[in-house]
Amino acid sequence: MSILINKNTRVIIQGITGSAGSFHAKQCVAYGTQVVAGCTPGRGGETFEAEGPGGKKVTIPVFDTMADAVRQTGGDASCIFVPALGAADSILEAADAGCRLVICITEGIPVVDMIRARRALEGKNVRLVGPNCPGVITPGECKIGIMPGHIHRPGKIGVVSRSGTLTYEAVGQLTALGIGQSTCVGIGGDPVNGTDFIDVLKMFNEDAGTEGVIMIGEIGGNAEERAAEYIKAHFKKPVAGFIAGTTAPPGKRMGHAGAIISGGKGTAKDKIAALTAAGVKVAPTPSDMGATLKSML
Amino acid sequence: MKIHEYQGKQIFAKYGIPVPKGYPAFSTEEAETCAKRLIDETGIPVVVVKAQIHAGGRGKGGGVKVVKDGPKKAREIADSLLGMQLVTHQTGPGGQKVRRLYIEQGLDIARELYLGMVVDREKKRIAIMASTEGGVEIEKVAAETPEKILTEHLDPALGLGGWQARKLAYGLEIGKGSPKPKETVKQFADVVSRLGKLFEKEDCSLLEINPLVVTKGGDVIALDSKINFDSNAEGRHAEWKELEDKDEEDAVELEAKEAGLSYINLDGDIGCLVNGAGLAMSTMDIIKHFGGEPANFLDVGGGATKEQVHKAFKIILHSDDVKGIFVNIFGGIMKCDVIAEGVVAAAKEIGLSVPCVVRLEGTNVELGKKILSESGLKIVPASTMADGAQKIVGLVRGS
Repeated sequence: MSILINKNTRVIIQGITGSAGSFHAKQCVAYGTQVVAGCTPGRGGETFEAEGPGGKKVTIPVFDTMADAVRQTGGDASCIFVPALGAADSILEAADAGCRLVICITEGIPVVDMIRARRALEGKNVRLVGPNCPGVITPGECKIGIMPGHIHRPGKIGVVSRSGTLTYEAVGQLTALGIGQSTCVGIGGDPVNGTDFIDVLKMFNEDAGTEGVIMIGEIGGNAEERAAEYIKAHFKKPVAGFIAGTTAPPGKRMGHAGAIISGGKGTAKDKIAALTAAGVKVAPTPSDMGATLKSML
Repeated sequence: MKIHEYQGKQIFAKYGIPVPKGYPAFSTEEAETCAKRLIDETGIPVVVVKAQIHAGGRGKGGGVKVVKDGPKKAREIADSLLGMQLVTHQTGPGGQKVRRLYIEQGLDIARELYLGMVVDREKKRIAIMASTEGGVEIEKVAAETPEKILTEHLDPALGLGGWQARKLAYGLEIGKGSPKPKETVKQFADVVSRLGKLFEKEDCSLLEINPLVVTKGGDVIALDSKINFDSNAEGRHAEWKELEDKDEEDAVELEAKEAGLSYINLDGDIGCLVNGAGLAMSTMDIIKHFGGEPANFLDVGGGATKEQVHKAFKIILHSDDVKGIFVNIFGGIMKCDVIAEGVVAAAKEIGLSVPCVVRLEGTNVELGKKILSESGLKIVPASTMADGAQKIVGLVRGS
C-alpha cells in the first residue's frame, strides 16, 4: 500500500520538451512510471521517446494543452517542470483539465502567484504537491519527480519533508538499515505551498501500508508546530523527526524562500520543542534520522 | 530584495499614497540645495534629514535629524551623517555606512500609527496589520500587547474590501482628535486599499509604514516606507535593477548570487559546500553539534555545473577565517563525478592550504571518489555526514 501514487498512476509531464522536463521524464519512465503524455504549448503532435525498465521503448505523445492531454490519454496526475513565471498558470491548467494530483517541481515561483493559485484551487477536487519540491515516490511502483530512484526500497515507512536532498539523506539511511519506504513526499521549501505536513500525515495515518513516519522540517513558518498538534491529538504511528537550521542566523533566507526566521518566529528550537512534546523522537543530528526511527519500531 | 525609504516613497506616490515632499541627496551640496528648494516650495521652514540605509531603527540610531535653522544647517547635518557608520538594532554592531540622504519637509504630527503587510503563510493570504502603536518596534508590540495589532486578510480574487479598510480605520479610532474625522477615515481607508494593490502588483514580500501619521490638520500621510520585493519575481520587474543598491549588500554574498549560488556568510571557521538548502542548513547544524563553527551556508543547488562548484570553492576560500572545508553532497540530480571534478579543479588552482573533508553519496559516487583519490590532493574522504563533520572538526581543532 501507499499514498497519493501507485503503479496505476498515469502521469502527464508539463514542460516535457524543456531540458529539466525531458531529462526527468526519461528518468521517471526508466523507473517504471507510466508517463502517458507530455504537454508543451506549440509542440502538440510531436512525440517524446524514452526507455522503460529493461530498455523497453516508450513513445509519449506531446499535446498543446492539458485539456487535450487528459482527454486523449486518461492521465490523472501531472508533474510540472515549467519555468517559474509560468508555473502557477500551469498548475491551474492541470487542475482545470481534471488531474486529481498536481506535483510542481519548479523552484522560484513568485509568492503572489502561489497565493492566487491556492485561492483558485479552493473547492476543487485536486491535490497540489509543492512547488519547489523533489516530488513523490512510491518505491518499486511510481516515481514522479527528480529524486534518485535507486536509493529507495519498497517498505512500510512514510517520509515527508520540506527539503529535497535532506529527504534523500533520510531515505539513504533507511535503505542502508534495511528499512523500506511506503511513499516519500516532498512538500517543498516555499512559504506558500499546496500540501502541508498535516495533509500528508493524515494520509499516512489511514494507510495500512505505512507503519511509521520520518518527518523533516526546517526553520521558518509554523507548519511543524501545527503538525505537532495534529500528531499529539490524532496520529497513531511512531514518528521520528528532524528540523534543519538550528544554527541559522535570524532574518536571513537560507536557500529556500520559506526558510527564514522572522521576528523571532520559526526557530528550530521552538519546532523541536513542539515535536518532542507531541511524542515525536527528534534525531540529534541529520545522520541519525534512520536510526532514530528504527529505535521506535 | 530591499530598497531605500525614498525609493519606496516614489512608488507610494505612483499609487497615489500621500507622502511628504522630499528629495534624495548624495552630497552635502545637494542636501543644502534640496533643503532650500523644499523650504521655498512648501513654505515650511522645517526639514528633516534622513540617512538612507537598508535597515530599520534609523531614528533611534541617530540617523534622522530635524532641522529648523535653514539650508546651511541642513548642510552641516548632512555632513555629519554622510559617511558615518549608522548602528541600529538591525545593522549589527558594525553598523552600515551612510551614502545617501533623503531631505524631507517637516510635518505637524498629531498621531503616529503602524501599517504593515506580510505574507501569512498559514492562511496563504496577504495580511494587512494596523496598530495605534506607531513609531516603535512592531515586534515589541506583537510580543507585549498583541491585542493592539488589528489584522485583515486580502482575498486575492476580490482584493481588499472597503469594509476591511473601514474596519481597521474605526478599530484604530483614526478620526479621534482630527478636525475632520470623516475625511481622516476616508483618507486612511484609501491608503489601505491602494497599499493592497501595490503589494500584489509590485510583487512585495514585506511592506511597512512606520509611522503612518495623522497631521494636526487631520490628513493621513506615510512618513516612512519599507518595501522588500520577492526576489522570485525579478524576471518580470526590469525596473528593480535601477532600485538595487549594491553598496548595501555583502560583497561576497552578491558575488555568489551572480554565480547562481545561495551563500550566507557566518562567523565560524569551517567552510561548507553542500547541495540543497535543507542539507546545507543541517550540515551547519552537525558541524556545530560536534563542536565546530560553520563559516557559511552554501547551497550549490540541484543542477550545479563544474564551474559553479569551482566558484563556490573559491568563494569559501575567500575568507582567511576559513580553517577547513567540508564538502557534503548527496547527488540526486547532481552527479558526484561533476562535483569531484569541480573540487579538484578549484583546489589545484587556488592551492588547498586548509584541510578538506569530502563526503559523496548518490549518482556516480564511485567515479567521484576515484577522481578525488587520484587527484594527488590531500582530501579526506568521509562515509557519512556524521563521519565527515567529526573529521573536519578534528582536523581544524587539532591544527
